[in-house]
Amino acid sequence: MRDTVEFWLNGELVRVQNPDPTQTLLNYLRQTRALTGSKEGCAEGDCGACTLVIADPDARNDDGVWRALNACIAFLPTLDGKTVITVEGLAKNGQLHPVQQALVDYHGSQCGFCTPGFVMSLYAHYRNKGAVDDACLNDVLAGNLCRCTGYAPIIRAAKAMYDYPAIEEFELKPAPSQQTLALTMTDPISGAVKRYFAPRTLDALAQTYEQNPDAVIVAGSTDVGLWVSKGRKVLETLIDIGKVAGFADITPAADGLTINAGARYSDAHAAIADKWPSLSELVRRIGSTQIRNAGTIGGNIANGSPIGDMPPALIALGAELILRKGEVRRQIKLEDFFIAYGKQDRVAGEFVEAVFVPKPKPNQRFVTYKISKRFDQDISAVCAAFALILDGEKVQSIRIAYGGMAGIPARANKAEAILLGQSWNEENVRAAMAALADDFTPLSDMRASAQYRLQAAQNLLFKFWLDKSDAPYLAREQAHG
Amino acid sequence: MAKAKTIKNIGQGVGKDVRHDSAHKHVTGEAVYIDDMPLLPGLLHLQPGLSTHAHANIKALDLSAVRAATGVVCVLTHEDIPGVNDVSPTGSGDDPIFAVDKVVYAGQAIFAVAATSLAAARNAAALAKIDYEELPAVLTIADAKAQDADLEPAQLMVLGATKDALFTAEHQLKSSLRIGGQDHFYLESQAAQCVPGEDGDLTVYSSTQHPSEVQHLIAHMLDRDSHAVNVQIRRMGGGFGGKETQAALIAAMAALASAKTGRPARLVLDRDDDMVMTGKRHDFEIDYKVGFDSEGRLNGVMFDMASRCGSSMDLSAAINDRAMFHADNAYFLNNAQIVSRRLRTNTVSNTAFRGFGGPQGMMAIERVMDDIALHLGKDPLAVRRINLYGEKGRNQTPYGQFVRGNLAPQIIDQLAKDADYDQRRAAARAFNAKNRYIKKGIALTPVKFGISFTTTFLNQAGALVHVYADGSVHLNHGGTEMGQGLFTKVAQVVAHEFAIDLDQIKISATATDKVPNTSATAASAGTDLNGMAAQNAARTIKDRLIAFAAQEAECAQEDVIFADGEIRANDKKWSFAALVKAAYLARISLSSTGYYATPEIHYDRSIHDGWPFYYYAFGAALSEVEVDTLTGENRIVRVDIIHDVGRSLNPALDIGQIEGGFVQGAGWLTSEELVFDDQGVLRTHAPSTYKIPACSDRPPVFNVSLFEGENNVDSVHRSKAVGEPPLMLAISVFSAINDAVASVADYKHAPDLHAPATPESVLRAINNLPTNQSTPKS
Repeated sequence: MRDTVEFWLNGELVRVQNPDPTQTLLNYLRQTRALTGSKEGCAEGDCGACTLVIADPDARNDDGVWRALNACIAFLPTLDGKTVITVEGLAKNGQLHPVQQALVDYHGSQCGFCTPGFVMSLYAHYRNKGAVDDACLNDVLAGNLCRCTGYAPIIRAAKAMYDYPAIEEFELKPAPSQQTLALTMTDPISGAVKRYFAPRTLDALAQTYEQNPDAVIVAGSTDVGLWVSKGRKVLETLIDIGKVAGFADITPAADGLTINAGARYSDAHAAIADKWPSLSELVRRIGSTQIRNAGTIGGNIANGSPIGDMPPALIALGAELILRKGEVRRQIKLEDFFIAYGKQDRVAGEFVEAVFVPKPKPNQRFVTYKISKRFDQDISAVCAAFALILDGEKVQSIRIAYGGMAGIPARANKAEAILLGQSWNEENVRAAMAALADDFTPLSDMRASAQYRLQAAQNLLFKFWLDKSDAPYLAREQAHG
Repeated sequence: MAKAKTIKNIGQGVGKDVRHDSAHKHVTGEAVYIDDMPLLPGLLHLQPGLSTHAHANIKALDLSAVRAATGVVCVLTHEDIPGVNDVSPTGSGDDPIFAVDKVVYAGQAIFAVAATSLAAARNAAALAKIDYEELPAVLTIADAKAQDADLEPAQLMVLGATKDALFTAEHQLKSSLRIGGQDHFYLESQAAQCVPGEDGDLTVYSSTQHPSEVQHLIAHMLDRDSHAVNVQIRRMGGGFGGKETQAALIAAMAALASAKTGRPARLVLDRDDDMVMTGKRHDFEIDYKVGFDSEGRLNGVMFDMASRCGSSMDLSAAINDRAMFHADNAYFLNNAQIVSRRLRTNTVSNTAFRGFGGPQGMMAIERVMDDIALHLGKDPLAVRRINLYGEKGRNQTPYGQFVRGNLAPQIIDQLAKDADYDQRRAAARAFNAKNRYIKKGIALTPVKFGISFTTTFLNQAGALVHVYADGSVHLNHGGTEMGQGLFTKVAQVVAHEFAIDLDQIKISATATDKVPNTSATAASAGTDLNGMAAQNAARTIKDRLIAFAAQEAECAQEDVIFADGEIRANDKKWSFAALVKAAYLARISLSSTGYYATPEIHYDRSIHDGWPFYYYAFGAALSEVEVDTLTGENRIVRVDIIHDVGRSLNPALDIGQIEGGFVQGAGWLTSEELVFDDQGVLRTHAPSTYKIPACSDRPPVFNVSLFEGENNVDSVHRSKAVGEPPLMLAISVFSAINDAVASVADYKHAPDLHAPATPESVLRAINNLPTNQSTPKS
């Protein structure tokens, strides 16, 4: 066992003995290290002003080795073993990094407060040798808000960043230690004893959680981080799943894809894009690059949110969940996991081990839609997923699932029943749309009214019927308007 | 006045694309904002405790657990204030720092904890026990209208004889428009740090657009003279009007903690606290009646404006006045009656925001133009053109000023031509005829924005320039840097005067002990006022150098030439540093203040008549959008802008203001929605729920150019203000969405579309069209 968090910070080995396990990386950098280049703009992972770059020697990552991360919601011990680069580390011998120089030359900063975050998001992209077309840059920067520039000069700079001469770069270093990390400390403010475990095997995770069923499991802390930063909760026991060997694996098999619960969105993106293009676009619109580099698909399911975007899509695909408690595993349909708002089919000490997604069936059309006030990096007002198999013009199989329409992500059973075995025509689709009003009684909140949610849910079904392609967004259907 | 000839365009002088002075520091993280300042020994961290009720008596306030919590050094309430418990900017006395026995909005500060760490302060603040007795709350504009909850008497502006004009007009219309508010969402939340000195003096670092006001209010709070308080700010992480008055509350709390404990104190608001505690752009409801002829020419218009001002006066009088001033935008109203009500509600007190009421006023008249066009079946641009201000008889505003130097017709013509308006409008209509569910919309709207504080006395500025014996220059002025590049532009002006490179000029933090009694950096007037003041200071020193050089060279002062870092006179030649050194040895003063007051302007608010604006800035934008009529989702496809900045001091910075202002305006009118619940609690108080434009929301095609033409206004190097006007170019986006929605009913009905045009707002407008042929009925 080891009680010292060790990681590489701008090339230097950092050792922190028994820190508060929920201290954020941002607070550590700013308060302890006086590295104030990374800013706090929101403390909830939405603005990107705290963005820095990490690399994990053990990680798989479809989207590249260098990952932009929101330091404001990352707990310090979760950085153990990693290489961390902050904005202060980029310039070498007085020479700006190409990303920095381009932003200077193209007038990419005004007030400058968001700028370090933009620098670091672009830096990760630069190190990953990412493309600099508009679509790609929009995605890379979706998690960085700028209120001054209107983004245009930042994009001009990004497009020019490869034109500058390269400079000396930090390399990914091996983890300083392979020893298991475990922390215990007494919080001077609350008086609580805080413990942190980082099991390194799946069996150890199962055992630790069974013994500590009140523990909070964290991976990227994209949700749990806010319990601390915004909810001011004192979390006494944390289990970090980031070090569990093989827990981020994504295993393709003949009958489908098994995504282990520790797989981050960015780990899984390519595997998903390969089989379900529409789901790939939905994943792209979940959070931002920073969030997808931290958050896991398993976590998005396990936290039981009624507005997570993955569950409706996975429910429509017929996904199953593998749960584990101690040595005991069980497999359930994903839709059965969600019982009611805040309540899931999960007993104390039991955790989500993996989600199994059946492979696309021949002739299956699968489309997801997401409606939000802002196109990128927003939470759904309504998320819809449709999986349809036609036999001639008859509906052989249809699965319809929505997020944002109830206290849980759920299937539209009545609408499905109306369509099943019937002709896939406007009349039947309109009848199914009407049935959605019986399937769901949505709520009004700051994202949308109940009335809008219902109408949008209905119209999305209509849109799915209209759409002959799997194109998920406006203006792509003009061919058959 | 300097008599020497200065060769234009030296080094990095005026007119060049000089980089922001802090660009290098921004990208390396070295630029220091208040929360980045080193943690001083003994530093206290503050956390305010906020009201959870919109309107309630505080029956009991039990702070014992707060005081007893770990790390707490003191807890501040109104009882700790030795002087005046008020930070109202205009002396209205209705902005208490801490609530006394009643709260008037959810988010109002009741107390603040000062502790040895931020975590300790926040932990402690949550332990307060407050017993409220709820009172009836006035939350909406409708509530406030019904209860006559006016903050001041309704204001009236009249041009001609409106009622007759309406009744005799060939066509008449009436309708209404709701316009949502907007959070500033500066990336750096409100922040202040106070450091106590001897004699109880305080140095306050405040992220403020108005250091002088912060200084004076803190002095009043502490019952001290203003000379005991020095307020400084090197840079803000964004302001947009949100730190014009609102910064004072935060700075006052930090100062009070320092005054009470003798220790340095810092208050940096958590984002959510910032959004619930501090004011926003006013939301408006505007009813209008309009009469016009068959060409669409206005006979007259009546506007009934009402805005939600929140719990106190703040700057609402001037903001709502500006909504009236811009209810004409670029159009001659012929006959007009503009009524404006300023309503008190139990919500956070709304405040300045880029445009300062102007955008809301313009929204109304632009909506009128679209309504007229739809009513007559005309091209909205044709209706706009026919109503533009013109020659004598068609150039008087409703507030008496005549429109001079009107560039709107010229800019519109050029933009319509350059961006193929006619062709693209026809293409959009053809597209809509073929596509049932996706609709395109297009709109070209102008901007005419009055430049000057409409409160005339605020149009003054001061500067301080030192030239050191080595030829380096220290520059200071009353303007503040919030990202707009003011410091860079003013330094360019000074560099130009001395014909030296910019790197010889040290740009320094705004400080009330260097330049006193300054106005806020606001009203787009930062460069106009401070650039002139700094120019005057530099010219005073330059005149002394000229006199000295002429004497040394035994020539006339007119023959002394400043160029490219050199001064030439007769057969003599000095580097700037050498001349300065020689002047110093000859005992010539190398330091000067400078001062400027805008000429010509005057205004009598009691009758809303006068000449409030020194000049107008113009621009126009052509926006094209797509709307999904099944969901209401919409996006910008292309934007073309031509904007007038006079003779640009710095084209790169000016284009930055235009692009940024436009996107900020587009956010206001599309995705940014403030939602208060029925208890008056703001539900959209973080970026997770309040959606400012993200990278992909910028127009994918975004052509911005500066209008090229002469500027006859005697402004600093004949430049024009650029901070606010471009925001209103985004009205073209709203108008384009309106156009797309109107296509659903074949352009026969004016959509009932309200801002922001969220998917829900757009779908509602589509649902409400009388002949909606598009959406499936359910």
